[in-house]
Amino acid sequence: MKKVTVSFTLNKDAVTAEVPVTWTLLKTLREYFELTGAKEGCGVGECGACTVIVDGEAVNSCLYPIFEIEGKSVTTIEGLANEDGTLNPIQQAFLENNGVQCGFCTSGMIMSAKGLLDHNPDPTEGEIRSSIAGNFCRCTGYVQIVEAIDMAAKTLK
Amino acid sequence: MIEYDYLKPGSLAEVLSLLKEYGPKAALIAGGTDVMVKIRNTKKSPDVLISLRELKDLQYIKKNSGYHIGALTTHRMLEQSEMVQKELAALHEGASRIGSVQVRNVATLGGNICNAAPSADTAGPLLVLDATVVLEGPEGRRSVPIAEFFTGTYKTVCQAEEVVVELEIPSEMEQFGSAYWKHSRRKAMNLPILGVAVALKLGDGDEISDARIGLTVAAPTPVRAYKAEEFLKGKPLNDDVLAEAGKIAASPDCCSPRDSLRCESWYRCEIIETYVARMGRLAAERIKESS
Repeated sequence: MKKVTVSFTLNKDAVTAEVPVTWTLLKTLREYFELTGAKEGCGVGECGACTVIVDGEAVNSCLYPIFEIEGKSVTTIEGLANEDGTLNPIQQAFLENNGVQCGFCTSGMIMSAKGLLDHNPDPTEGEIRSSIAGNFCRCTGYVQIVEAIDMAAKTLK
Repeated sequence: MIEYDYLKPGSLAEVLSLLKEYGPKAALIAGGTDVMVKIRNTKKSPDVLISLRELKDLQYIKKNSGYHIGALTTHRMLEQSEMVQKELAALHEGASRIGSVQVRNVATLGGNICNAAPSADTAGPLLVLDATVVLEGPEGRRSVPIAEFFTGTYKTVCQAEEVVVELEIPSEMEQFGSAYWKHSRRKAMNLPILGVAVALKLGDGDEISDARIGLTVAAPTPVRAYKAEEFLKGKPLNDDVLAEAGKIAASPDCCSPRDSLRCESWYRCEIIETYVARMGRLAAERIKESS
């Protein structure tokens, strides 16, 4: 199986990986770097459980060929908390608003929220809902998630 | 599991020479939101993926005697462009309704039309905006009107050795108002059951001086409803005229929607009839707003 060597920034660290050419960013994160926060739900870009930030934008890591990641900067859920272990305001807001039930969608949900709040610190409810339209949650009914993102926006301001 | 290699050419010239070398064994990949899914579903099994992601000079939205949009422009760039929102409203609506933010951040306009799904959300808007597809190949550049670009379901005139590099929209579209309706069961993450795009130009006293209607999921390819357009030209803008145009657009003279899992043909015809009129009204309102 042909391999590719890629160097990129992962949660602020410079990293290099040698993995099969056909691997996606998601597979590389989970199998090579053992960062299992990003999940594989559907594997075809429908559910958003694999959402990570690449060069400042939320993307589906399950559709991102690993060979395209050379030189880019990737942030996953594991890169959000502070070094002393305190949570990022978005993570904290999800906890306080019961935005987490089974947890499978949570990493992707929070990364989509980060993608929104990094560009738009004062989103409307419609903008919040649109930003997570590609993240499926089968437990919460979304209301607490939307409230959590709204609270995170207010905390971050 | 399909095995493939990859190449990352740094220029369009390199892409063309690689296409010549590998021919049909190669597949181009831009945002990857169609290509990666097809590979996973084993509907596509290229020996080599040729990445277009390094060709940053094909990512632009410019206005310069007409509108010029680079093939690698993402849907997100179109969604966030104020110029596209104000002056090419139908395209803004099509691009903003594709997939999710995550998909729109990487999926490209060139990719959407080259994939050539009958449901492509940018196809209807590009049809009514009278876009021209600019292709580059071993023989040089050529331009194809978007109405002649789609040759079948998932098929286009783009040859194996060619690359779509730009979409051009004529400057006269400034005088049109346009609108696109994506009929779907959810507001996001959905393919349209039917798509209706309308562009109108008004003359003196609210007479319709020019009209274009584009339909998607109404035939094996995105189509123009020419007979309904002809009917509208020279008519006064009113509800009866728009309703009649909707009837003509929904007739077998203009479309041939099929029964499918997502929707039956009769219902698709009802949507065409209703929304050609509604989008015509919205397109006309937009002319008045901008003037």
